[in-house]
Amino acid sequence: MHVELNHYLWLSAFMFTAGVIGVLVRRNAIVIFMCIELMLNAVNLSLVAFSHFLADIQGQMMVFFVMTVAAAEAAVGLAIVISLFRNRQTVNIDEINLLKG
Amino acid sequence: MNLISIAVLLPLAGFLLSSLFSLTKFIGHHESGKEKLVGFLSTLMIAIPFGLFATLLVSFNGEVQTATLYEWFSAGALSITVSYQLDSLSLLMAMIVTGVGSLIHLYSIGYMHGDEGFARFFAYLNLFIFAMLNLILADNMVLMFLGWEGVGLCSYLLIGFWHDRKFEGVGIQTTTDAANKAFIMNRIGDCAMLAAMFLIFQKISALDYHTILSQKEAFDSTHAFWIAVLIFIGCTGKSAQIPLYTWLPDAMAGPTPVSALIHAATMVTSGIYLIARLSPLFVMSPDAMHFIAIVGTATAFVAATIALAQNDIKKVLAYSTVSQLGYMFLALGVGAFSSAMFHVTTHAFFKACLFLGSGSVIHALHEEQDIRRMGGLAKVLPHTNLTFLLASLALAGCPLTAGFFSKDDILAKTFESGNYGLWGLGLATAFLTAFYTMRLYTLTFLGEARYEPNQRPHESPALMTVPMWILAALSLFGGALGLPAVIQKANWIQAFLSTSLASLPANHLEHTTEWTLLAVSSLVAILGLAVSFSIYSKAKVPGEPEGIWTVLYRKYYLDELYDALVAKPFQAISARLLTPIDHRVLDGLINGIGSSILGLGGALKHWQTGVAQNYALVITIGLILLVGYIVLA
Repeated sequence: MHVELNHYLWLSAFMFTAGVIGVLVRRNAIVIFMCIELMLNAVNLSLVAFSHFLADIQGQMMVFFVMTVAAAEAAVGLAIVISLFRNRQTVNIDEINLLKG
Repeated sequence: MNLISIAVLLPLAGFLLSSLFSLTKFIGHHESGKEKLVGFLSTLMIAIPFGLFATLLVSFNGEVQTATLYEWFSAGALSITVSYQLDSLSLLMAMIVTGVGSLIHLYSIGYMHGDEGFARFFAYLNLFIFAMLNLILADNMVLMFLGWEGVGLCSYLLIGFWHDRKFEGVGIQTTTDAANKAFIMNRIGDCAMLAAMFLIFQKISALDYHTILSQKEAFDSTHAFWIAVLIFIGCTGKSAQIPLYTWLPDAMAGPTPVSALIHAATMVTSGIYLIARLSPLFVMSPDAMHFIAIVGTATAFVAATIALAQNDIKKVLAYSTVSQLGYMFLALGVGAFSSAMFHVTTHAFFKACLFLGSGSVIHALHEEQDIRRMGGLAKVLPHTNLTFLLASLALAGCPLTAGFFSKDDILAKTFESGNYGLWGLGLATAFLTAFYTMRLYTLTFLGEARYEPNQRPHESPALMTVPMWILAALSLFGGALGLPAVIQKANWIQAFLSTSLASLPANHLEHTTEWTLLAVSSLVAILGLAVSFSIYSKAKVPGEPEGIWTVLYRKYYLDELYDALVAKPFQAISARLLTPIDHRVLDGLINGIGSSILGLGGALKHWQTGVAQNYALVITIGLILLVGYIVLA
């Protein structure tokens, strides 16, 4: 079977949706964090797929940027989660609602 | 920038300077050196304009001089400029205002010594002179009206200068109430004044004096009548005529120099000035002129009768002012405009002198104003006594004083115009004037001392007596400005003013008639003085008023009538009808806006849960809707 652009895009859309649902429904901050990574990589996949099928190198350039930012974000995000746990002994974000009106 | 503008703007500069001194509390407790500095500076701001007007008078050749500062505003065809015109009429008035004004400023330095509001007082006085000069020198009615309201404002501020002092009156408890009364009564007149200005504008689409007087043919007789009557009603407020005169006696709540300057010498004569200024318009309506003459005579007579029974030294003088203003309106009404202005001039001299003298007495007796508790002051207050006597004689119309010539001029002109009834009433008023003036003088200065012996009255300082002597000399010799025709064919003031005033065809009196009239006036004045002296020099203490005297003492119950007919119903309507509207509707509206926003906030704050996932959900739903819309639409 010949793999076409459509297949990549379907996969990307599936991964992205899984990420969004994960962010919305899960309570564990670490899992939510992983779901965000999933969303970023879903976008990366579609960028690479477009880059390959349209013969345009710009898409792959963009992927490197996203990966760099995602690495920085992972460092900062995990640091926040660790200090949060130290302070409140929980990573359940239902209990982290200090900024309510 | 010519001399006229400088003369007008200097008092404004003085006002700003004194306000600064007042706001920064420059004068500390008992710092008479700084007091003198502020006082003399303010006096200088009035004295310099007087000097400028004097130089303008010396070089005056009858031509109208104008000075335009800038365009105030314009709308359509109407353009109102801040511009001043100097002709003989406004020059005479400006001389009186700045001349008498600077003397009274000088006097006030002594009178207000030690008062907390010293600098504030001088700021108000300077502002008053500025407004008054605007009123006098304006070349259009709008700028005149600005000055007209300005002097009203200063009058209000100065009547209520000691805002926490008690002041007795019908419906009045404090000096602030008296100030309110003066202000509100004047507003009634001002409505009529505005209506007159609208009528003028409706016909000729302009409000400057030159256009009004040069296009006066545009007014038909009905128009001219109503304009004249409405302007006169405006003047009954400012110049205290029937039916709006009741504020003036209560205006005596202010410091005495204020009574002298504003409520005797200058502001209250602005109505006479205005009618003289528009005299060519007024002569177009003989009916209106007749109306003015009748109201003036009635006021003169009624106020003189009230003055007979008053026991407050300043109230007597206040009612005599109302009465003398009535004479001036009588003169205007019979077309003797220059006679009216002559009486304005002499009245400014002797009435200012009388008020300053009464201030000196009140000062000496530590705020005592009741003449029943005076008497025998001639020995202890020699300067005050002599100046007060001279000014009293002028007010009474004693022969050869200034007041005699100006009052006789008015009576002669009234006789000449054929209004014998008005002449007779005027003559009766002259008798009453002489009577109450002598009563006032005798009870205050002669006889036995009725004040507390421990009061130890002392003569006022030279700062106060010198202005009184100058004014007394002027009330003695000021008559030289306008000697009767039998002595001098064309007297100075008539010739001087002839370029600014309307002239009526006069049927000149025979010399014998005029001599007879002079003799009758002299006789009446001397008779009044003599009768009054013989009664009151013997009476030890004036008794309680009884019978007809009670009616006079209570001022014909006019204040009570106004209180019952206007003030009380108005207050009742306010309390019953307007207060609920104020509290429920207006306050409710404002509070409703506030509380509804509070409620909205209270309802919406629950959306902010603080849980990041809820926000993310909303963002996602929004995004889906947006993308769906873009894709599907």
